[in-house]
Amino acid sequence: MRAYTPKDDVQAKSYYTDRYYVAPQVPKQDVSTDAVFAADLAAISAKFKVSDSYIQVGQMVVYINAKDIYGVLELMRDELEYTQLSEMSAIDFLAKNNTFEIFYQTLSMTKRKRIRIKYSIENGQAVDSVEKLFRSADWSEREMFDMFGIEANGHPFMKRILMPYDWQGNPLLKTYPLEGDEFAAWYEVDKIYGKEAREAIGPEIRDTARVDRYDSERFSRLGFEVPKGTEITGNEPKNEQSYQEDGGVFLIKKLDKESSVVVDDPQR
Amino acid sequence: MAQVTNRLTPFFENITFDRDDNELILNFGPQHPSSHGQLRLMLHLQQEQIVKAHPDVGYLHRGMEKMAENMIYNEFMPTTDRMDYIASSSNNYGFALSVEKLIGLEVPRRAKVIRMMLLEINRLMSHLFWLATTALDIGAMTIFLFAFREREYLMDIIEGYCGARLTHAAIRIGGVPLDIQDSFIEQLRTFLNKLPENIKDYEDLLDTNRIWLMRMEEVGTISKEMALSWGCSGPMLRASGFAWDIRKEEPYELYDEVEFNVPYSDKGDNYARYKIYMQEMRESAKILYQTIDMYQECVKNNETELMAHAPKYISAPKLDIMTQNYSLMQHFVLVTQGMRPPVGEVYVATESPKGELGFFINSQGGPYPYRLKLRAPSFWHTGILTDLLPGHYIPDVVSIIGTTNIVFGEVDR
Repeated sequence: MRAYTPKDDVQAKSYYTDRYYVAPQVPKQDVSTDAVFAADLAAISAKFKVSDSYIQVGQMVVYINAKDIYGVLELMRDELEYTQLSEMSAIDFLAKNNTFEIFYQTLSMTKRKRIRIKYSIENGQAVDSVEKLFRSADWSEREMFDMFGIEANGHPFMKRILMPYDWQGNPLLKTYPLEGDEFAAWYEVDKIYGKEAREAIGPEIRDTARVDRYDSERFSRLGFEVPKGTEITGNEPKNEQSYQEDGGVFLIKKLDKESSVVVDDPQR
Repeated sequence: MAQVTNRLTPFFENITFDRDDNELILNFGPQHPSSHGQLRLMLHLQQEQIVKAHPDVGYLHRGMEKMAENMIYNEFMPTTDRMDYIASSSNNYGFALSVEKLIGLEVPRRAKVIRMMLLEINRLMSHLFWLATTALDIGAMTIFLFAFREREYLMDIIEGYCGARLTHAAIRIGGVPLDIQDSFIEQLRTFLNKLPENIKDYEDLLDTNRIWLMRMEEVGTISKEMALSWGCSGPMLRASGFAWDIRKEEPYELYDEVEFNVPYSDKGDNYARYKIYMQEMRESAKILYQTIDMYQECVKNNETELMAHAPKYISAPKLDIMTQNYSLMQHFVLVTQGMRPPVGEVYVATESPKGELGFFINSQGGPYPYRLKLRAPSFWHTGILTDLLPGHYIPDVVSIIGTTNIVFGEVDR
């Protein structure tokens, strides 16, 4: 039987995988192997429910409940000295089990340790804002909202940050195609020229690899160049052009190596 | 095509007059030369004083995280150049290191030394560029010319190494593609020998300059709490009283073998950041001298390997590919399908010239990263303007943006 691949994930996928290929795992260590992490985990799990925890590539990963996030980060900041929130964002697992995984990457400068706090939320569920604890979450929660559409409860300014305010769609979802959707193709045309100009201009070509050689307005007509404004019929004669000057390049003929100075010392 | 009227007719969006509270809203950017890129600031003013600042970013957003999810790992490397394009090798390195950590690769020593050289040259380039542009914003034209002259030397050296001046793509996952050219060390030595007097020139021009001091001292003070809360890193954090340098605290490459100091200050103002940048240039030079010695030791010990040996992930050397069938097959698979790192997650932070540059990679065992989050320091160094600017005056905005050293390729990604 063929392996199941979710159809609504439109990102690039490997076109061939050996049917017996089993992906190796990045090794995980038990938390008890590191005394500092073990103490931190004990402090967290004394107050909150921890569903899973391990050490991977030198950092502890702790899975908690979504509703506990504010409390956990407050405890970590005030009592465990994890004073910086380096990064937070989401991972889209909608195609797999209709959830997002949210991660918070924290740093303790006194202990020289990093802990990653993670939890899952259902599609459409909001997270609790930790902006009151870490101001850096102000912008990263906005970015998460922009990219995934996950709202943060209690955030003072839940607006898009990287995309325009009137954008539709969330670019980092796996269902969002790389070159943008229908809305993206018309966005600039509508904005600059108005909807009534759609017919005259056409959608924005967002596939960067596409070359329409009969398009003189937008891109290239290599070998079929016509003056601007000419009506294009599609059966213009091929117009060969040579870019080499007759008899070689004028300047190079005159270059005399004997009397020239070759500068090869950049410290001159 | 029919001629269609353009709707982007000019209107005076910069100034709003009719407000009751005498508050003026000034739209700063997104094309202001001192905003160092596409930063738009909405400033609420009471006379000349800022009461509220609202930074607006995203004008350079290219969706790099999305692109990463659709590229094989090696394919993404040149894209990282376009993040912090002032010091692009440091982005290459951050990405290479995180993938190496994910698959557990050990890089040959000679490649490590070359990488450290590139990283420190990039740090110097970035700091020189910072000095040049910030001084220019504040009105010191001479410094701009001086610092760009020095940066030009470094770019020439890098150009000799990888052929590019700005977007180097000089580091590969598993090592470096090339050995340094013959003239590299000699040129670098010449530059480094000159650098102390160059830095002294800058400092002579700036340190006691009345205008410079007025624009820098006691301006843009970031308290310890604020620096922590906003996730500041790099010189921004060190200027606020934390001697935290990832090269020192969580050493990668051979940074635990070289000797250097971590300059820090507890003032937190623009001037403190300026002094830290100057001091860091000296420390980079110190590291570079040591890496030259380390490189020559590698040559002496005949350590010629430049790429890690891991046939599952890294192509064999060119000679093997051209002469051995199995290496050619491996190479073909790695280029067409890409390497498949193991299932797992990694977050790796490196000390880029701007601060903590982190790469979070979630791999599901496929040739494409399932999720790649770029932790760019400048993103939060822009965000902090929200809290930093209120209370300051309009000319301070320019000097504060200057010393935060934000690069918009990195903020918007």
